[in-house]
Amino acid sequence: MAEEVVLLDFWPSPFGMRVRIALAEKGIQYEYKEEDLRNKSDLLLKMNPIHKKIPVLIHKGKPVCESLIQVQYIDEVWHGKSPLLPSDPYQRANARFWADFVDKKIYDLGRKIWTTKGEEQAAAKKEFIESLKLLEGELGDKTYFGGDNLGYVDVVLVPFYNWFYVYEKCGNFTIEEECPKLIAWAKRCLQKESVAKSLPDEEKVYGFVLQLKKAFGIE
Amino acid sequence: MKVECAKTMAAEEVKLLKTWSSLFGLRVVWALKLKGIQYDAIDEDLSNKSALLLQHNPVYKKIPVLVHNGKPISESLVILEYIDETWKQNPILPEDPLEKARERFWAKFNDEKLLPSIWGAFTKEGKEREEAIAAAVENLKLVEEELKGKKFFGGEKIGLADVAFGWLAYLICVFDEVTGFKIVNERYPLLLAWMQEFSQLPIAKDNCPPHDKLVIKFQALYEKHHPAK
Repeated sequence: MAEEVVLLDFWPSPFGMRVRIALAEKGIQYEYKEEDLRNKSDLLLKMNPIHKKIPVLIHKGKPVCESLIQVQYIDEVWHGKSPLLPSDPYQRANARFWADFVDKKIYDLGRKIWTTKGEEQAAAKKEFIESLKLLEGELGDKTYFGGDNLGYVDVVLVPFYNWFYVYEKCGNFTIEEECPKLIAWAKRCLQKESVAKSLPDEEKVYGFVLQLKKAFGIE
Repeated sequence: MKVECAKTMAAEEVKLLKTWSSLFGLRVVWALKLKGIQYDAIDEDLSNKSALLLQHNPVYKKIPVLVHNGKPISESLVILEYIDETWKQNPILPEDPLEKARERFWAKFNDEKLLPSIWGAFTKEGKEREEAIAAAVENLKLVEEELKGKKFFGGEKIGLADVAFGWLAYLICVFDEVTGFKIVNERYPLLLAWMQEFSQLPIAKDNCPPHDKLVIKFQALYEKHHPAK
């Protein structure tokens, strides 16, 4: 189907990665446009005038914003292949709950770990690990959060895996020590082509963060 | 069909853990009322949370929690989508994925932008308050734009976004009264008109917490955030 799909994105963004993974899972061809966030394109400002943020998914000229909303949109439009959300309403609610949990906790706490020091960083690390442990609990003995196949929560969470290296370096701790099951899960996800090709190298992400820290004068 | 419905109703057990004043709990009440679903309301005392609440929402220990046939769902927007998918009458989300995405976007905008900015304007002081007010003004402008040519955010009928914004219809006047400052004013005629329409809906008219009780509660909260110097 010659559908026009464009993704406005920024390579280290875990939110953008979610959309890349979802599109790859569904086998959708699309045009990837890299944005310079210090010099946002007219297209980005036109397609996301409210938040002026990436990722923006443009389908047949119409924009969809916010990564969780985009992943659900992709799942609904291309519902025939690799469903990400389960069909049962209770299981769907559970998946949405945990995706929302990831959004409330992981990004902000992770950010605090690499931008702060001392007590503030210690508190962020503690809550970060607690959050990952709760996610481990939800994963249980399943292969993926989605069960036997990659699901919504997997797509939402796994992009943070290659940011774990950043948090570990900046926070001076090892996530695998605390959350071995979650690391094992992430490595399983990376065996999937859709995930492997959507996540940039963790060293590259770390290099980017070091540049940011320098630019913002963060120790 | 009628007998089948009665059978289904008899087998359903729906409980809602909420508080008398929580706007998040009220959203769920509106959705349940809109669809004509019978439920047991349990008003929690948040200073003394029940074992049931702690059992059903161990992650956040917050209300609202919907318990359907013993299975709990937390987070109001997650609950609203669950209700819409489980009981198909009077849908609050459209079928079309793009329209659905729009509803979700605006519901999220209320929760992550508009509501926090107005709450900041209510609770903060000095420079932080000025910043919150500026953010609220920006956010209200965007909401006003979105209402152009529409009766409700959902079009002719209310949708998920309307339910999310619904707190404005009955709570903003409480804030006005307590602070003496009208944040949703004549600069937003479409929003004011929408608030009127929403408050006239049967679900809103019959189910909002009593105004006077809300004023007392928020007056006390205001004084707590702005202690007399």
